[in-house]
Amino acid sequence: MAEVTLANVSKAFGATQAVDGISMTIPDGGFVVLLGPTGAGKTTTLRLISGLEKLDQGQITIGGHAVDGLTPAQRDVAMVFQQYSLYPHLSVRDNLAFPLRSPILKTPEDEIARKVSQIAEILQIPHKLDNKATELSGGEMQRVSIGRALVRDPSIYLMDEPLSSLDAKLRADLRVELKRIQADLGSTLLYVTHDQVEAMTMATHVGVLQDGKLVQYGTPRQIYEDPNSIYVASRLGLPRINILPSGLFGGSHKGPQIGLRPENITEGDGAEARVIRAEHLGDQTRLHVDLQGHAVTTLAQDGRDYTPDMTLKISPKDPLYFDAGGDRIQ
Amino acid sequence: MSAHSITEPSSRAKWVAGSLVILYALITMVPLAWIMMTGFKTPPDSISYPPKVIFEPSLEGYVNLFTTRTRVTPDALEALPPPATWYDEIVRERNMVIAGPSKFGERFLNSVIIGFGSTFLSVFLGTLAAYAFSRFKIPLADDLLFFILSTRMMPPIAVAIPIFLMYRNLGLSDTHLGMILLYTAVNISLAVWLLKGFIDEIPREYEEAALIDGYTRFQAFYKVVLPQAATGIASTAIFCLIFAWNEYAFSVLLTSATAQTAPPFIPTIIGVGGLDWPAVAAGATIFLLPVMIFTILLRKHLLRGITFGAVRK
Ligand SMILES: Nc1ncnc2c1ncn2[C@@H]1O[C@H](COP(=O)(O)OP(=O)(O)O)[C@@H](O)[C@H]1O
Ligand SMILES: [Mg+2]
Repeated sequence: MAEVTLANVSKAFGATQAVDGISMTIPDGGFVVLLGPTGAGKTTTLRLISGLEKLDQGQITIGGHAVDGLTPAQRDVAMVFQQYSLYPHLSVRDNLAFPLRSPILKTPEDEIARKVSQIAEILQIPHKLDNKATELSGGEMQRVSIGRALVRDPSIYLMDEPLSSLDAKLRADLRVELKRIQADLGSTLLYVTHDQVEAMTMATHVGVLQDGKLVQYGTPRQIYEDPNSIYVASRLGLPRINILPSGLFGGSHKGPQIGLRPENITEGDGAEARVIRAEHLGDQTRLHVDLQGHAVTTLAQDGRDYTPDMTLKISPKDPLYFDAGGDRIQ
Repeated sequence: MSAHSITEPSSRAKWVAGSLVILYALITMVPLAWIMMTGFKTPPDSISYPPKVIFEPSLEGYVNLFTTRTRVTPDALEALPPPATWYDEIVRERNMVIAGPSKFGERFLNSVIIGFGSTFLSVFLGTLAAYAFSRFKIPLADDLLFFILSTRMMPPIAVAIPIFLMYRNLGLSDTHLGMILLYTAVNISLAVWLLKGFIDEIPREYEEAALIDGYTRFQAFYKVVLPQAATGIASTAIFCLIFAWNEYAFSVLLTSATAQTAPPFIPTIIGVGGLDWPAVAAGATIFLLPVMIFTILLRKHLLRGITFGAVRK
């Protein structure tokens, strides 16, 4: 396990600047989540750290040592690819053992057997060990590719949306399991996801990427409560933050736009809004209302019935202010 | 009535298609079957008219194929001790005795060495070149690939005279090495092109995963790419072997005593002591076997190989 740092790291593919001057420190034992829409440069960042892509400029260190010029094998990283890449000619067992048999690790066979069955247990695939890798469902393949990383004890684990093709229950199980393994072993992890629950529950740090730039880096709480732009504020939170002109609620303002998370909207008095519909999700009820032509999503109060076209009064509580370009005004 | 499906042909269409395939197979197999039958006829049976489909099988053709014989007078035959082996007996019925082994065994062995040797070399070099073309940025890669293909744009025999002179100067005439190199040179363009198609289809992610799993690039190639290219390698090997195995013109031109392969030898059997069709047929039958066995062993891969690119699992 080791600290990993990126200093002003950039990478372009032709005219596309995939990664643009990223600097960040992934602390030893940290669980860092990268957030950003498709094309933001998340995968490229992982590939640069692993050594599969060459840097255009900047420097990466792993455990205090600069890694430029080192091969992926020499960097001692484990990676779970976005498209699971199991070796199709090998059984599940041999896929899991593959990194342990590498010339760098040369693990004794009895230890391989022990580690493989332990990981298979955690990933709930012990009955599939003797299948060919191609005879698995998508979710099983993804678990095996996570397992192929977890059998090792590398400087850093790089995981590219590893839980994305799993069903909800398994996803929740593995989320808890991954976090437990990471905490137990004190592993360092860099993890890409779109899933805000994964980000909020597992991360010690969250980095938000926009067009190849790291636009904010902090604890999940900081990112959620103290975003420095509308873009960052929109990455976390379900339902998403409502962005509205500040004038809607009257009074004086620090900026032209306000951001209101559903829990920052109180019902009772304030501006008049019309209910469009209520969505019952089981644990919460989302309320879609129309506020002077602006769609606003908020959470319904317990025990109250909402019917379409009824009116209610809402007011903001501790809104976030943004300038016209979307940057936060403190 | 069964439900109509868009993808599944109707049972009548299948029946018609199946019958056509069987009919075609029968037609193409008649000459083959005739040759195999002729190998087990006696010389008079092999040229009788009307042709005999039912006959008493004999191993005379095979005995004649593997031996040279001399004619003796009936008196001298009487004077000999009784025949020691079944093949002595067959030969003596024609008033002959075995003088020694024929060259067929040697020529057949030459075919095996040269055919399989050049196949191995073509596939080996072809795989490495195809991998490089598929994975690395090579300056002028397209032009180089076109150049490689262009070596097959005229029939190889068109350059027979220059090769003949070159081989004489280099001392490669009538050597196994010379024939292996020649057939490899002819086959390598096919090998590179076929194998590049197969290797292009293997996603790079597998090698990248292996690099991260602690392997070097060569180990990743060896442990991850090669096993997945097995299909392509097998079908390429079959195509290369079929060419090298059947090649006739260069073998006639460049080889004689040492490195001659079976194809130029088989017709020479006819000349020895009358038209010995059973011996020729026996030689042809034995000559067919290695390619047949090789193809049957690799047939699973071959089918996938011929349709590659068409279907992606
Ligand atoms: N090998 C490549 N060649 C050309 N462009 C690439 C390559 N890899 C990534 N890109 C481009 O770089 C940008 C970032 O891609 P990526 O890192 O895969 O984003 P993400 O993983 O966040 O979706 C995208 O615009 C993508 O099209
Ligand atoms: Mg990606």
